[in-house]
Amino acid sequence: MIVEFTINGEQVSAHVSHPGSLLDLLRDDLGLSGSKDACEQGECGSCSVILDGELVCSCLVMAADVAGSSLTTVEGVGSGDALHPVQEAMQRAGAVQCGFCTPGIVVAAVDLFGRNPSPTPLDIREALAGNICRCTGYGAILRALELVASESGT
Amino acid sequence: MTTSVTRRRVTEGVVGQSPARPDGVPKLRGEFEFAQDLRAEGMLWGATVRSPHARARIVSIDVAPALAVGGVHACLTAEDVPGRATFGLEHPDQPVLAGDEVNFWGEPVAVVAAEDEVTARRAAGLVEVVYEPLEPLTDPAEADRRDQVFRRLQIRRGDQTARGTVVVEGRYEVGMQDQAPLGTEAGLAIPDGQGGVDLYATSQFVHVDQEQVVASLGLRPDQVRSHPTGIGGAFGAREDVNLHIHLCMLALHTGRPVKMVYHRSESFAGHVHRHPAWLRYRHEADSDGRLVRVEAEVLLDGGAYASTTSAVLANASYFAVGPYRCDSVAVDGTGARTNNPPCGAMRGFGAVQVCFGYETQMDRLAEALGMDPLDLRELNALGTGDSMPTTGQVIATPLPTGDVIRSLRAMPLPEPQTETHHSHLPGGSGLTTEPGQVRRGIGYAFGIKNLGFSEGADDYAQARIRLTTSGAVVETAAIEVGQGLVTVLAQIARSALGVSRVEVTHVDTSKIDSAGSTSASRQTQVSGGAVLEAATRLRRKIMSEHDGDDLDDDGVWRGEHLVVPWPSLADAGWAETVTFRHPSTTQPDDDGQGVIHADFAVAGHRAVVDVDVELGLVKVVRVDTAQDVGLALNPAAVRGQIEGGILQGVGLAVMEELVLKDGVMLNANFTDYLLPTILDAPEVEALLIEHPGSWGPFGAKGVGEPPTISSTAAVVAAIRAASGKQLNRVPVRPQDIALS
Repeated sequence: MIVEFTINGEQVSAHVSHPGSLLDLLRDDLGLSGSKDACEQGECGSCSVILDGELVCSCLVMAADVAGSSLTTVEGVGSGDALHPVQEAMQRAGAVQCGFCTPGIVVAAVDLFGRNPSPTPLDIREALAGNICRCTGYGAILRALELVASESGT
Repeated sequence: MTTSVTRRRVTEGVVGQSPARPDGVPKLRGEFEFAQDLRAEGMLWGATVRSPHARARIVSIDVAPALAVGGVHACLTAEDVPGRATFGLEHPDQPVLAGDEVNFWGEPVAVVAAEDEVTARRAAGLVEVVYEPLEPLTDPAEADRRDQVFRRLQIRRGDQTARGTVVVEGRYEVGMQDQAPLGTEAGLAIPDGQGGVDLYATSQFVHVDQEQVVASLGLRPDQVRSHPTGIGGAFGAREDVNLHIHLCMLALHTGRPVKMVYHRSESFAGHVHRHPAWLRYRHEADSDGRLVRVEAEVLLDGGAYASTTSAVLANASYFAVGPYRCDSVAVDGTGARTNNPPCGAMRGFGAVQVCFGYETQMDRLAEALGMDPLDLRELNALGTGDSMPTTGQVIATPLPTGDVIRSLRAMPLPEPQTETHHSHLPGGSGLTTEPGQVRRGIGYAFGIKNLGFSEGADDYAQARIRLTTSGAVVETAAIEVGQGLVTVLAQIARSALGVSRVEVTHVDTSKIDSAGSTSASRQTQVSGGAVLEAATRLRRKIMSEHDGDDLDDDGVWRGEHLVVPWPSLADAGWAETVTFRHPSTTQPDDDGQGVIHADFAVAGHRAVVDVDVELGLVKVVRVDTAQDVGLALNPAAVRGQIEGGILQGVGLAVMEELVLKDGVMLNANFTDYLLPTILDAPEVEALLIEHPGSWGPFGAKGVGEPPTISSTAAVVAAIRAASGKQLNRVPVRPQDIALS
């Protein structure tokens, strides 16, 4: 079937031939490999995308179900060459190591700041509770996002 | 040439600073290419058929049903392995594909290549393997009794009749931990059309992969090129070959590029794990608290194949006493062979397991002596000039154990918990914990580990620096696993060359000699040493050639004059290739004695935990650390290693364990194998103890593993302090606290 939806502001139509996930559609059919597949069952958040304003694990969404939806992936974060403040802060804070969880964390954080420009440290922790990072111990990620919160709150 | 230039001392991105990593922005944008993201024209997908049994005889394999599926191009079994039938990092004992028998759950039996991933996996499911199940041997103690072992290591040092007045004995157990790197095993093999192959796969050590592919494919070394590739974490899981040989076999068989990506459940079956351990200890001290004798029995379950059990057992045995002096020591180490999944390298390999044992012993010895546990440790602290309690090696490099203990002790403690929001309580969002049943505990632990390869291994790394029109290019095959090697090698080159424009590039096995494995906390010291020497030599040669007195981005200077502009240096093709070796070590003698290690590092951890003693739930509030880092070349990256390593130690302390039943994994997925989330992450304050080391670049020591050595033991000590329970096994489960 042909599925039409909006992704990062662009209208696309994709041929969905098998009962695959949105993550498969993004990575294999649309060539958007920024969303990562690390657990295939919604536990790690590496495939996080924003679907109609809601943060979801794209591995848990059927590709056919996104018809008519609006989607933001990591590729749609930031504007042109400019990094989003979340990306900027994570780069400066050393919040990136292997980088496999990073796109999912960026998307989850962008979703958080979209809903709450001045989150508390606890808000940040709760918002990222669905994103596993195996490298950083989360310290630098928290420092980065707390910095974004303090700057956006002033 | 322009005339207005003046000398520019390079001040940005040099050693001691924390420049942003060059791959940071691509990773943040989702543009960084991981092995999972690779594609090639005409690419097929591979899938693996795995044993559902821990041990069985293979009666027959019928690949016809798989080959009958449309779009399937190959289904290969043991008979199709063109060269050496087995592989292995230290001993080639593991079948590329199982032949007559399978020896662990998940062992590869056949591989399939098809037009797409779904078809490949469906076809793999159709391969008909008839097994005759056999009784698996899953008890390592029984394997030990049957002498079914990979290695035994006996250490005897000093007067074996020495006896103390205060004796503490204990038995301890460590469960099987998984590295759980976020990126699963993945790779792409591309045939070169002339019988050779290019491999791009997740790896910590491309040269050793290449050697094993060459052997099993029966090719000449120049026919296989292994390329460093984007890798989503490692922690030891990427040292051993898994899909590498399979991919190359399928690519050469089909004449098409073949890609394979393990699913998470396969990843658990497809890489080695941290060895579970059974430890027996006897510590004897005099009445003042001086260690008089330590006896230890160390039993590791190596699983079905050798992997790195020999090296892990070596570490567990040599570091069985910890960072303490003792002149009478007996250690008996055994690495058992069973039908459990193979175990091998994981961050801190071997040193982690025994630390849980010896640090618990030190706390109990202090209690028996009526002594403060930190006073006891300080009294016995091992330092420069002392002899290793196990090997007798005189420690010739800086080892500031006493400083680490005193510094950690002096760090301020957090205020008692007054916050009653659920997220600060052990039960978390489960809302199960009543604030009144929460007890706070504080625990300390200290650990020691070797840096670099040991026991006479020829440990070296090659690096090259070339001058190009865009600056200096560092070429290496040393794998960046996320730790920041690409950043630190550039910093070293900038500092030593005096040039700001430095780029680190990875080249394949045909273009440079080995950098060794990205493991054993060694790359900053060994590959870093190669880069430092290459940069130093290159600068010296250029100065000598042009009678210059300085080099910067503009070129060679003599006094106030730029005598050779940079483009001329680039045109001249200046390059320097260096192979760096660390101080040599020896194999152990019959008593485990010798100059076994090239360098050491110590670290200490202080954990603060809140425990719901009624429900057995633990909140790790804080883990502070003091770590011997030699000299921190990139303090932010060091901190990143410390925070990440501590959380893996916390994971082993309270949640991470691969559970086996009759050799079968029961929780090979991220729903059931619990990993620490951001809500589990403690606050961390890290104190970097800087006593420049003797051979790392600028005095640097490896920093990746020490954070994981003693953090587990510290957390459990804190839980004991809060709960009063014995807790002789990790991970500590709620029932161990609430029901024991």
